[in-house]
Amino acid sequence: MTAQSSPSAKLTLGPILFNWPAETWRDFYFRIADEAPVDIVYLGEVVCSKRAPFFEPYLPEVAERLHGAGKEVVWSTLALIVSEREMDAVRALAAAPDILVEANDISCVALLAGRPHVVGPFVNVYNEATMTCLVERGAARVVLSNELSARALAALAKAAGAELEVQVFGRLPLAISVRCYHARAHNLHKDGCQYVCADDPDGMALETLDGEAFLAVNGTQTMSYTCCNLVLELDRLLKMGIGCFRLWPHSTDMVAVTRIFRGVLDGRDDAAAAWARLARLANVAPFANGFYHGQEGAKLVGAQP
Amino acid sequence: MSEAPLELVCPAGTPAALRAAVEAGADAVYVGFRDETNARNYPGLNFSRPELGQGVGYAHELGRKVYVAVNTFPAAGNPGPWRRAVDDAAGLGADAIIIADIGLLDYARRRHPEARRHLSVQASASNAEAIRFYHEAFGVKRVVLPRVLTVGEIAELNAKIPVETEVFAFGGMCVMAEGRCALSSYATGRSPNLDGVCSPASHVRYERRGAKLISRLGDFTVNVFRDDEARSYPTLCKGRFVAGGRASYLFEEPTSLNAIAMLPDLMAAGVRALKIEGRQRGRAYVAQVVGAFRRAIDAAARGEPAPASDLGAVTEGHRDTEGAYAGSWR
Repeated sequence: MTAQSSPSAKLTLGPILFNWPAETWRDFYFRIADEAPVDIVYLGEVVCSKRAPFFEPYLPEVAERLHGAGKEVVWSTLALIVSEREMDAVRALAAAPDILVEANDISCVALLAGRPHVVGPFVNVYNEATMTCLVERGAARVVLSNELSARALAALAKAAGAELEVQVFGRLPLAISVRCYHARAHNLHKDGCQYVCADDPDGMALETLDGEAFLAVNGTQTMSYTCCNLVLELDRLLKMGIGCFRLWPHSTDMVAVTRIFRGVLDGRDDAAAAWARLARLANVAPFANGFYHGQEGAKLVGAQP
Repeated sequence: MSEAPLELVCPAGTPAALRAAVEAGADAVYVGFRDETNARNYPGLNFSRPELGQGVGYAHELGRKVYVAVNTFPAAGNPGPWRRAVDDAAGLGADAIIIADIGLLDYARRRHPEARRHLSVQASASNAEAIRFYHEAFGVKRVVLPRVLTVGEIAELNAKIPVETEVFAFGGMCVMAEGRCALSSYATGRSPNLDGVCSPASHVRYERRGAKLISRLGDFTVNVFRDDEARSYPTLCKGRFVAGGRASYLFEEPTSLNAIAMLPDLMAAGVRALKIEGRQRGRAYVAQVVGAFRRAIDAAARGEPAPASDLGAVTEGHRDTEGAYAGSWR
C-alpha cells in the first residue's frame, strides 16, 4: 500500500499549541529548520495570549532560520480574541507587510481581506459556500476542521479554489474557552495561573472516574487524549485533491515524524510500515482516526498494520 | 446605550411551549425546524412548516415576534436542507433568521435581502472586528454574544459596534466558546455544529454498580453518583474527571446560567435583548422562567429592584452561576 507518489504535496508543521520553555521552543524550530523535510511552518501563539511574551523575543531569529532553510513561514494568530490587547496584537500582524498570516478568528479574516492569507483550523469552514466566500476575500489556503469526515473533505476538495490543508498527526484541538482548566486543576485562577500549563509539554491527561484516558487539557484549550494519525489515509487524501498535510508539534522526535510522513507522501515508503514506525516512535498517546471515518473522534477505525 | 426596554427572547421546542412563552410575557420566541438545521435537533422537538406558520400567526396577532434558528453548519455536498430552512423561515413570515454559517448568511442575504438576519451564538463572534465583519458582509442586525465576555467587556463592545446585542440570561451554559467545541463529536460522533446535538440522549447509558450509579456517554464515564448524591445529565463539560490524581468538575459543575440579578448591569451595558436557553424544555419550565424574567425586566425598567423569583427548582443541580459575566469565573 505505497501511496500515490506526490512530491508536490506539502507537509506542514502547525503552531506549537503547548506552553514550552522559550529556549526549548527556539531550539525545536532550529532543528526543524535544519533537519525536517517540511514545506511550511506556522509560528505563533494560538491558545493563550499570556504565553506569547516568553517566546516572542526568539521569533525573528527562528523565522529567519526557517526562511533560510527554504521553509514558508506563516504567522498564526489567536483562536479566541476577547480583549483589546489581544486584538491589537492581531491587528499588528495583519498590518505587517510581506508576511503570510493564518487567521484563527473571523476578526483576523476581516482584517486580512483582499490580501492572500491562510484561514486556520479554528475558523469554521464546513461547506463549499463558506469556503468560496473566504477564498473570494483572499484566502489562499484553508486549514479544515478536524471534525470533517472523508466525505466532507472530498466534497470540499472538489470545489476548492484554494489549497486545502488537513490535520494528519497529533492531539486534536477540540474546544477553546476563556476559562483556564489547567489553572482550575491547580486551584488557581486564570489571572494568577502561575503558568502551570508549562508542566505538561503535551497537555495534561484527563481521565474518567473509571480510569479511562479521555481528553487532554492545554490551558484554555481542550484536546483529544488520543493522537490523530492519518498516515494510512494519506493516499485517499491525495487522490481527493488535498494538497497540504499538517502535523501538530509534540515533545516526541518531530523531525523523525516529519520524515516518516514525507516518505509516504513521496511514494518512497509504505504506509503500513510508516504506521508501525510511528507507533514505536510517537508515544504521545494511542492513535485515532475516527473523525475522518465519520465516527467518534476517539475511535481507531479500520485494520491497522 | 439602548433606550428601548430589554427584549425578552424565549425558547420554544413545541407549539405548546411557544404559546406558553407568549402567555408568560415573551417579546419574541425562537424556534427551529424538525431536522439537523438547528442546534436543538432532539427527538420530539421543533416545528413543522405548518406549525411555524401557525405559530407566527398566533404571535403576530399578539404583537410578539418569532425568530427561526437555522444555526448549524450546512454539510459539505448537501446545502439543500439549510437553504430550504432559510427560504421557508422567510416565506412563513419569521421576524428574524438566526444563522451561524458564513455561506448560509451569504445565501440569506442574496435570496432574502429583506429578511432580518441575526448572528447565532454558534458563530462565536467575541470581538468588535468579528461583529463588524458579519454586519458589513451580510447585513446582520443583531449578534447573540458567546458566553465568554464579562459585563464590562460587553459594555465596551456595545460602544464599538453598529448592531444590537443579545445575551444569554438563563439556562444551560456552554463553558467552551460556542460553535468551537467538538467534545460531543469526539465521544459520540454526533456534533453540535454538524448535527445540532450535544451529548445526545441516544448515546447516554446509566449503569448500576453496587451502591453507585454510573452515567456514560458513548464509551466514556462522565460521572459516578453515590445514592445520596443528586444526579445530573451527562453533558460532557459538566462531568467529573480526574486530573493529576484528583477528581473534580474540572470544566464546570452541573449548573445553570442565571443572570437575573444582573439585569440592571446588562441594561447599562447597552444590551438590547435577553435570551432564555431551553428549547428542549417543557412548557411548564418555559412559563416559569419566562414569567420570572418578564417581572424582573419590567421592574428594572421602572428602576425598581428585581422581585423575588424562585428559579432554584429549575436550575441544573439546583445550582446557578453568573458564568463569564462575572470576571472571577475565568
